Amino acid sequence: MENFLRSILDNDFFVYLIIGIIPLFWIIPYALVVIYLERKVSAHMQDRLGPMRTGGWHGWAQTIADMIKLLQKEDIVPAAADKKLHKLAPFIVFIGSYAVYAVIPFSSQYIGSNINLGLLYVVAISSLAVVGILMAGWASNNKWSLLGAMRSVAQIVSYEIPTVLSILVVVMIAGSLNLQDINQMQSGWFWNWFIFKKFPFVFIAFIIYFIASLAETNRTPFDIPEAESELVAGYITEYSGMKFAMFMLSEFVNMFAVSAIAATIFFGGWNSPFGSFMNGPLWGVFWFLTKGMIFVFVQMWLRWTLPRLRVDQLMYVSWKVLTPWAFACIIGVGLWIVL
Amino acid sequence: MPETNLENITTSTGRPLRHEEVVVNVGPQHPATHGVLRLEVVLDGEIVVDVIPHIGYLHRCFEKHAESMNNYQQVVPYVDRMDYCAAMNMDFGYVLAVEKLLGITVPERVEYIRVIMAELQRIASHLIAAGTYGLDIGAWTPFLYMFRERERILDLFEMTCGARLLYNYMWVGGVSHDLPPGFIDKAKDFCSYFRPKVKEYNDLLSYNDIFIRRTANVGVLPADVAIAYGCSGPVLRGSGVDFDIRRDDPYSIYNRFEWQPQIGRGEMGTTGDCWDRYMVRIREMEQSINIVEQALNQIPDGDVFSAIPKRIRPNPGEVYVRTESARGELGFYIVSDGSGSPYRVKGRSPCFSNLSVIPEISRGCMVADLIAIAGSLDIVLGEVDR
Repeated sequence: MENFLRSILDNDFFVYLIIGIIPLFWIIPYALVVIYLERKVSAHMQDRLGPMRTGGWHGWAQTIADMIKLLQKEDIVPAAADKKLHKLAPFIVFIGSYAVYAVIPFSSQYIGSNINLGLLYVVAISSLAVVGILMAGWASNNKWSLLGAMRSVAQIVSYEIPTVLSILVVVMIAGSLNLQDINQMQSGWFWNWFIFKKFPFVFIAFIIYFIASLAETNRTPFDIPEAESELVAGYITEYSGMKFAMFMLSEFVNMFAVSAIAATIFFGGWNSPFGSFMNGPLWGVFWFLTKGMIFVFVQMWLRWTLPRLRVDQLMYVSWKVLTPWAFACIIGVGLWIVL
Repeated sequence: MPETNLENITTSTGRPLRHEEVVVNVGPQHPATHGVLRLEVVLDGEIVVDVIPHIGYLHRCFEKHAESMNNYQQVVPYVDRMDYCAAMNMDFGYVLAVEKLLGITVPERVEYIRVIMAELQRIASHLIAAGTYGLDIGAWTPFLYMFRERERILDLFEMTCGARLLYNYMWVGGVSHDLPPGFIDKAKDFCSYFRPKVKEYNDLLSYNDIFIRRTANVGVLPADVAIAYGCSGPVLRGSGVDFDIRRDDPYSIYNRFEWQPQIGRGEMGTTGDCWDRYMVRIREMEQSINIVEQALNQIPDGDVFSAIPKRIRPNPGEVYVRTESARGELGFYIVSDGSGSPYRVKGRSPCFSNLSVIPEISRGCMVADLIAIAGSLDIVLGEVDR
């Protein structure tokens, strides 16, 4: 793709600009669809109908209407807030989530930046959101926001460790941090996917990764940073209008990002499950998005089923359950490879 | 709950470390407080150091209003608005008190209708309590499931008296409307529909591992503390005290039915924890269904308006009647000076006493536990403030 763009454009700047913008063409419609989907999924799980009026057919235009409403809203900055930080925070959070897409291979022919340290980059850049969240909590000058931000930072930092350790299991098998390489190793039928290798270690690693990624995206049962029944809305309490929308957008962007990583490193990414059947660069996009959306759906499913953990229980799960098991997986896979 | 003894931590020179405490207001506008309760919470990080409940945001001078009504009957709509989640139970308590003051007995059919309504209302009220409790813990879905069933109870009420929340249904000496045709069949349908639903709630919420972890051993209210604070209803029974006014001091016709008061047994943790209080409500709903079914089968025919007095003018005197509302011991103390309007009406609010234990049982817990405790007490501020 990069070479193709280079052949029609003579300026490298435009080439990288186009490559950089392509994920946005996925994210914006994805956010519109997934917010609508979240409402419909939750509604049908709860014996409701969800939005039914806006736009006619089953309220399909509800998210668009909401977006327009949020754009029109007054941009309120609390008088006692640290105004610069308050304005900056949502964008840093969004950048943190969006930058992950740079190394996610959407297809065999499209990846934003095919760097050798892809997975390490994902782990590193997704932590950028922590800075934004802490900024939001601190700058709002609100006790609930600060409590929410503190919880969130503690949570994301803790859950990064099991995430990284479970990713490490895959890296040990693949011997590469490059996501395109990892995908190519899983080509062929679905039993070539890493999830079925070195059973059960990689499978356990996947479970650990998925639970930890729920916590990293602040989804139920780990949504304590924005636990509406305790902390009003956590660090987004003082945000309204488009800045609130940016937080929401980054949550949904993050949801897909962690799902995409799970699909890529455990479930073959853009590879067709059926060997060469329906395989190719464009089918690759289809398979990749399908796999990602399945995990997004599972996240919604869990959200509308489970209650929320308490802060200390959350830390307990991370440090005393997930981390030791992730270490056990690493040791198991390591022994398997050596022996 | 981890024991947090912060005073024992000192520097090497023996000076106790100072923790910075913050005061936060949970409420009166906060998503977790049921109604307009304001909890002034002193926090040390996530740990609750002290809780000071502030009430009075919904004070509507019910007792004073009652004195200036020119008829005892006109107080009933005000009574409705005390505990708006269980308005039938409120009506029931008040009309029983006035009837005792007047010394009248009501027809059999009226007694049965009242018991059916009161027990259906108890189910509806417990559904709100359990559903919003799930919401407090972070589970959205059970809340809407429970509202689905509550809707059917409200349909039954609407069918009977036209109102869905505040009924003004029970009148002194009778009820405002006889049961409409088809009510008994529809109510029986509801009973058979509702029984399996309780299992659904248990599968989805009561025995959910996360829910148990969040509520078991949290906010333990020992039986002696509960009695000392005058707690009643599911809060008292959750602490393992087997006391239900419907059985121990029967009013109306409650002694005719087969049912069992439910008490907390500490299955998931300590007796008197949040899970016990929650579970008592779930089990009480099944018992209420038993009572409703029996009453529906036994209900006689008759004229429901025959005992309604033309003029309510009781002899001078005073009366106290206590009934078991959905939230506990609801008492009405009425003083008559012989005129047409009550000289004094005092409501004994169960929620007020139940609320008063919050500081006692939530010191040293975490913020999330405080919300769980407040939710498990099931407070309706309309009744606390009156």
